[in-house]
Amino acid sequence: MAKEMSGAEMVIEALKDQGVTEIFGYPGGAVLPIYDALFQHNSVRHILVRHEQGAVHAAEGYARSSGKVGVVLVTSGPGATNAVTGLVDALMDSIPLVVITGQVPTHLIGTDAFQECDTVGITRPATKHNYLVKDVADLPRILHEAFTVAATGRPGPVVIDIPKNVQFALGVYKNYKDVPHKTYRPKRDPEDQAIARALDLMAAARRPIFYTGGGIINAGPQAAANLRKLVRLTGFPITQTLMGLGAYPHSDTQNLGMLGMHGTYEANMAMHDCDVMIALGARFDDRITGRLDAFSPGSKKIHVDIDPASINKNVKADVPIIGDVGVVLEKLLAGWKKRKLQADKAALKNWWAAIKGWRQRDCLSYRRKSDVIMPQYAIERLYALTKKHDTYITTEVGQHQMWAAQYFHFEEPNRWMTSGGLGTMGYGLPAAIGVQMAHPKALVIDIAGEASILMNMQEMSTAAQYRLPVKIFILNNQYMGMVRQWQELLHGSRYSESYSEALPDFVKLAEAYHAKGIRCSDPEKLDAAINEMIAYPGPVIFDCLVDKMANCFPMIPSGKAHNEMILNEEAGSDIGGVIDAKGRQLV
Amino acid sequence: MSTSHYPAARPDEPIQRHTLSVLVDNEPGVLARIVGMFAARGYNIDSLTVSETSHEAHVSRITVITSGTAQKIDQIKAQLSRLVPVHRVTDLTVSGPSIERELAMVKVVGKGELRVEAMRLAQAFGARAVDATLESFVFEITGVTEDIDRFIDMIQPCGLVEVARTGVAAMQRGTAST
Repeated sequence: MAKEMSGAEMVIEALKDQGVTEIFGYPGGAVLPIYDALFQHNSVRHILVRHEQGAVHAAEGYARSSGKVGVVLVTSGPGATNAVTGLVDALMDSIPLVVITGQVPTHLIGTDAFQECDTVGITRPATKHNYLVKDVADLPRILHEAFTVAATGRPGPVVIDIPKNVQFALGVYKNYKDVPHKTYRPKRDPEDQAIARALDLMAAARRPIFYTGGGIINAGPQAAANLRKLVRLTGFPITQTLMGLGAYPHSDTQNLGMLGMHGTYEANMAMHDCDVMIALGARFDDRITGRLDAFSPGSKKIHVDIDPASINKNVKADVPIIGDVGVVLEKLLAGWKKRKLQADKAALKNWWAAIKGWRQRDCLSYRRKSDVIMPQYAIERLYALTKKHDTYITTEVGQHQMWAAQYFHFEEPNRWMTSGGLGTMGYGLPAAIGVQMAHPKALVIDIAGEASILMNMQEMSTAAQYRLPVKIFILNNQYMGMVRQWQELLHGSRYSESYSEALPDFVKLAEAYHAKGIRCSDPEKLDAAINEMIAYPGPVIFDCLVDKMANCFPMIPSGKAHNEMILNEEAGSDIGGVIDAKGRQLV
Repeated sequence: MSTSHYPAARPDEPIQRHTLSVLVDNEPGVLARIVGMFAARGYNIDSLTVSETSHEAHVSRITVITSGTAQKIDQIKAQLSRLVPVHRVTDLTVSGPSIERELAMVKVVGKGELRVEAMRLAQAFGARAVDATLESFVFEITGVTEDIDRFIDMIQPCGLVEVARTGVAAMQRGTAST
């Protein structure tokens, strides 16, 4: 039904029609009309963050944990530029967001007006698509189109820049929710021929492996369920990327765990030696492939991706399949059953025997200490003690993130929120706030480092304001640990600026933010302290003082192949010689 | 430059030149989107022309000539296709026989014998004088890029002072349309 209203009211109306119940934002001069409309309606709840970057990460956490589109509202100029890191983060990790930015009135655009910036220019390479709305008549269509573009195909962030006079202008609102887009038609259905070729390869495989990524999680819970069925039906081993953790239950015997730079030995060796690789919703990122010209040299590769540009970008696919991985999984499953295909049982038995050998290396083993908490141990205990709860994990970026990926385990999708592609320190706390908004009763923990957490620490205020009981579990080693680890690998252990000097007292800091602070440095007391954190009904900052010099292994050093991992036991104290001159150039 | 942090040199792969015809919604910023994508991903633009071709439908045709390995050309096409306002990407180099044309305006300044020589050359190349003074000509020449290059080379000694070129417009031969 068409109704006359202001542009600002259209925004609220469109959010309502899209089923949006929570948005994250920060007001300012150029979005005041929208904030006024928010004030007068109660269909949408607004969560006031303390920095616009926090709003975007919160929306990412909300979206990733709930499967909905995350929505952000910020002002022009600095409001928009502060949001840019979050936008690129969402773009890299394929998180659906609609970010509404205020803009100076159209007659002031281009005059260097107060709080003016070229938002669409700045965010063009930071978004999947963006719009500058110059006429209120276009606004209803654009608002709904933005949701379609953000959520379908390969998901991503969409910016709508709305000048202040367009927010005030009156126009006719219409719900365009189900009106198809003029040109945008992402391909969901794969070609039957490609499915058939994939099934042929799978049935003839002697050393197959499923390599699965974040695309499975984006495709929804049904895709994860079908993945389980297909993996069990075929009897093939499966490994996941950082973004794909949880899509397949960790505890399942066919799961080799995470692959890539800090993945497991068995996963990387299996990737290297396989003869058929079935890549599902994963994009052959450099953290996954290691040295490209030595990447899985003997395998035929089936690559399923909804984004045609992901196929053949880094690694050549023998059977490219463009489509929604959920649909593809259904078709593979149906085809395997219909054609009564059988895996090569004898070959598979040998393959599993080889995998068993790699598993026996026990690559995630580490030496525990009685006087100091090892970071790996802290995560293991955190996992053991939160297992029975309805737990969601977010992380910051660095060593703690990799330890969390290695030692915290997931049985279900949408439980693990981390900044994979962009590697944004400061992601975890605001993301945890977004997750907690989507799941008010759940136990939400941000596994953090003492350096990362300070990057968006101001969001503790948001947690306090909305009584969000998020737990921040800091592995405090007083170093930017991953930076220090690379300085040991590449720069003669010259710890240039990687020591966390003048750290705050995190317990007092928690108290200053109306939260509870807990500190623990004794392995004996760790369990009790973690239980205290879990039991506390409000936000907690847990300052877990861990071994200062522990490094993250196993590791594929830069410039090396999957079968050239460094393991914990080999690493010893001197790791300065493992990367050659060529590898030093890489990141 | 390798597209990855990790070396995957394929030095033996030949560089090919491809002409892509890209149909887009003529909305603000669409050219910036296309050009920005090329710049951000390190692709080459050898030639670019753009103009609205259907005023009612607000559709523009962008003709872009780019070069790279076969793998890179495929990437460019995929990256173009995923931009929201792009309707269609056609690779005229592989889609069958096509024609390419470019227009150039060439200004020569000179007197006497050089003037006569310039006229002779223009005639030989089928260029038309669209402006003339006692000391100058502006020639208009239409043709494939190589012909225009040759004309400009040849006319250089006759007092060439300025060249303006449109870049290439291209289309499939026969009944096919993109």
